[in-house]
Amino acid sequence: MLTIATGNKAVAAAVKQAHPSVVAAYPITPQTEIIEQVANFVARKEIATEYIPVESEHSAMAACIGASVTGVRTFTATSSHGLLYMHEMLHWAAGARLPIVMANVNRALGPGWNTWAEHTDAFSQRDTGWLQVYVGTVQEAYDVTLMAFRIAEDERVLLPVMVNLDGFSLSHIMQSLDTVDLGDFIPPIRLPHAIDVNNPMGYGPMTGPADYFKFRWDIERSMRDARDVIRETEEEFARRFGRKYGPTEDYQCEDADVVVVSMGTLGKEAEVAVDILRKEGIKAGSMRLRWFRPFPDLDLKGKEVVVIDRDYSFGFGGVVAASIKAKTGIECYNVIAGLGGQEVTYDDIADFVRNRKIGEEMWFGVSE
Amino acid sequence: MSTISEIPKEEYIKTCTAACAGCSSSLCLRYVLKAAGPDTVLVIPACCTSVIQGVYPNTSFNVPVYNIAFAAAAACASGMSKAFRSAGKKTNVIAYAGDGGTVDIGIQSLSGAFERGTDFLYICYDNEAYGNTGMQRSGATPLGAVTTTTPGGKGEFKKDLDRIVAAHNPPYMATACSAYPLDLYKKVKKALSIEGPKFIHILAPCPPGWRYESDRTIEMGKLAVKTGSWVLWEREYGKLTVSGPSKAAMKNPLPLEEYLKGQGRFKRVTPEIINELQQAVIKNLERVRKEEEGIC
Amino acid sequence: MYEIRIHSRGGQGGVTAARLLALAAFRDGKYATACPFYGAERRGAPVVSFVRIDDAPIKIYSQIRNPDMVVVLDASVMETVDVLQGLKKGGSVLVNSEHPHEFPGFVSHHVDLTDIALAKNLAIAGTPIVNTPFLGAAAKLGIVSFESAKQAIREMFSDERNVQVAEAAYKEMVI
Repeated sequence: MLTIATGNKAVAAAVKQAHPSVVAAYPITPQTEIIEQVANFVARKEIATEYIPVESEHSAMAACIGASVTGVRTFTATSSHGLLYMHEMLHWAAGARLPIVMANVNRALGPGWNTWAEHTDAFSQRDTGWLQVYVGTVQEAYDVTLMAFRIAEDERVLLPVMVNLDGFSLSHIMQSLDTVDLGDFIPPIRLPHAIDVNNPMGYGPMTGPADYFKFRWDIERSMRDARDVIRETEEEFARRFGRKYGPTEDYQCEDADVVVVSMGTLGKEAEVAVDILRKEGIKAGSMRLRWFRPFPDLDLKGKEVVVIDRDYSFGFGGVVAASIKAKTGIECYNVIAGLGGQEVTYDDIADFVRNRKIGEEMWFGVSE
Repeated sequence: MSTISEIPKEEYIKTCTAACAGCSSSLCLRYVLKAAGPDTVLVIPACCTSVIQGVYPNTSFNVPVYNIAFAAAAACASGMSKAFRSAGKKTNVIAYAGDGGTVDIGIQSLSGAFERGTDFLYICYDNEAYGNTGMQRSGATPLGAVTTTTPGGKGEFKKDLDRIVAAHNPPYMATACSAYPLDLYKKVKKALSIEGPKFIHILAPCPPGWRYESDRTIEMGKLAVKTGSWVLWEREYGKLTVSGPSKAAMKNPLPLEEYLKGQGRFKRVTPEIINELQQAVIKNLERVRKEEEGIC
Repeated sequence: MYEIRIHSRGGQGGVTAARLLALAAFRDGKYATACPFYGAERRGAPVVSFVRIDDAPIKIYSQIRNPDMVVVLDASVMETVDVLQGLKKGGSVLVNSEHPHEFPGFVSHHVDLTDIALAKNLAIAGTPIVNTPFLGAAAKLGIVSFESAKQAIREMFSDERNVQVAEAAYKEMVI
């Protein structure tokens, strides 16, 4: 059904269809609309979900963990400081191999208080063992939330998935949304290690140096297998519902001399910049990185690369640029832009490409 | 049930756990699980029981045990209980946490779970310090007690956890002590028969932490009750009843010193501090008496 | 692409006006996006929201800097805010006002949305609802079709008076 919705409402619509048994959540701007919607679905009995209004994000994830280990589907949503407050439990959820799905509305971190988009909140959770995907449109927020449940719950994965959408610029924008008749796209959840009082086991007990690393390796093995599961799920989604997704969204990349790599809504804005540059005779392309964990193989050979990082690792550099260099060996022009919702237009992105200095870093708006 | 011989013979804790000799908290857990039966899941944050359960791939408990981070026991149990209930299961969800995981780092999630009316039993086994890490001060450490982080003795009174929990108006809450297993057994049974958030606060003497000989654990618990330092009671839907052993003790409590003198942690307390502690006991007994009589 | 910037005051329904307009454009078969510019919002403070309408999918998320049209739902914001900032040459201005305003170089329209709302007793906590009558005015200006405007209102509001005020604004506005 074709309608119009905000990014937050699109996520909530997908959650409604995925129908988790338990949602435990705590409000935080700009995510709150998601959990308000879910709470309303529950109150109106449109879904038979237990909504647990916890007293903190730490408890939100702890409650999801407690529910998930009984073998039921769970969901939560958060943002920014809420995500950071959850940090300990994010490690726990992944280590416990629980397929929890969470929407994270990317928002900058204080101080100073800033409720606008930035990716540092989620990037600082990159080593927790969660799969991370970043979306660029309202439609994609919906589609990916649906796919997230299927991917997380696949027995080859059994890891939690974080769906990231830019605060305000996507969470609060209204765009068209085509909802699907889900059918059996998400199979019933089956958790092989669900708690069973008839077969009592210890979950997460003391584990010594002779065994601990085996569990860590098992997470990594599933992360690697997740690449196949993600591809299969995206292909199945395209087959059933007609919309195609991949590890990146490539626009005019094939014959491009210079490619702009970015994430989230900036990746859509970059496509407009590519159109402008092409008219000037600059063979530009845009690559919007969708999956961040597992990190995809990127085909950037022979291209000049401009990376826009809406994040920063202090004392080091932009996280995406560093990741690309580590994985591909490619030196790029690293633009740090869009922090805390800093306005970045397609004209600005076109300028980044025109003025690129491969091997250098540039902080947009900072003159030094 | 009036004698200990009537308690079920089934064991849910194997013998030879990793507990210290004379550990009262594992003794308490033995009776808690006997009362709860096999349809039970234990949720435990970091605490002595994290060690006592055994090291992977072994477990010494015969019920599922879900380990969770220090601050999160009540929240985790809250999610688990909702999931079980929504699946139509009556499985007992029991959070079994130490005093540090309850009165300090876990107080927020405990408060949240009780405020939300979570259907579970939260048991705090209180050995009055962070025992698992070698006896550091907790909010539950009593005035004057030496711990590794209060080498000169703690300068503050023990946090009154029970009054904090009582402020949530749970349908059932009680105190217990490892020296009175039958009393504990009955209280767990009663708690699990009631829907909603239930709370049991167990005083759990700790030989290495309190610095007494490991064969004196039961004696230490009895002295705590007989001096009135620890009062056994239960409060059902707001109505307080003093339990048998404390009822007798309250008539003629032993001097507090009888309880303190056998513990190395109180070795250096001054007569002034002993007096302060004694006055606090008298005040507390008076408060309990008044509440039971309906005066306050 | 047609770009519209809506000026209002916090609590006046400017964001909803943008969403209604985008929804109506969408019902016309166009692509549309509506987004608010969120600051530290206070009731009564001047706020802006944006609407883009196009025949092709819209990839732009940044703010509108050179709108084709500016809508002023509360004329008093013009005392403190330069509502004409960046407005394209020959662009149009719609002001919620009982009397016309002069904007040299631009096309000026006015209609008394507040009066229309009050005539139907349409107010929330004493604040007249101007966004649903605004949709009637937008339809009169040809930004969206009148049918889609009414449909959008019905999708978002159950109170039929919202449609009636849109009809009234459509009728009253002179172009």
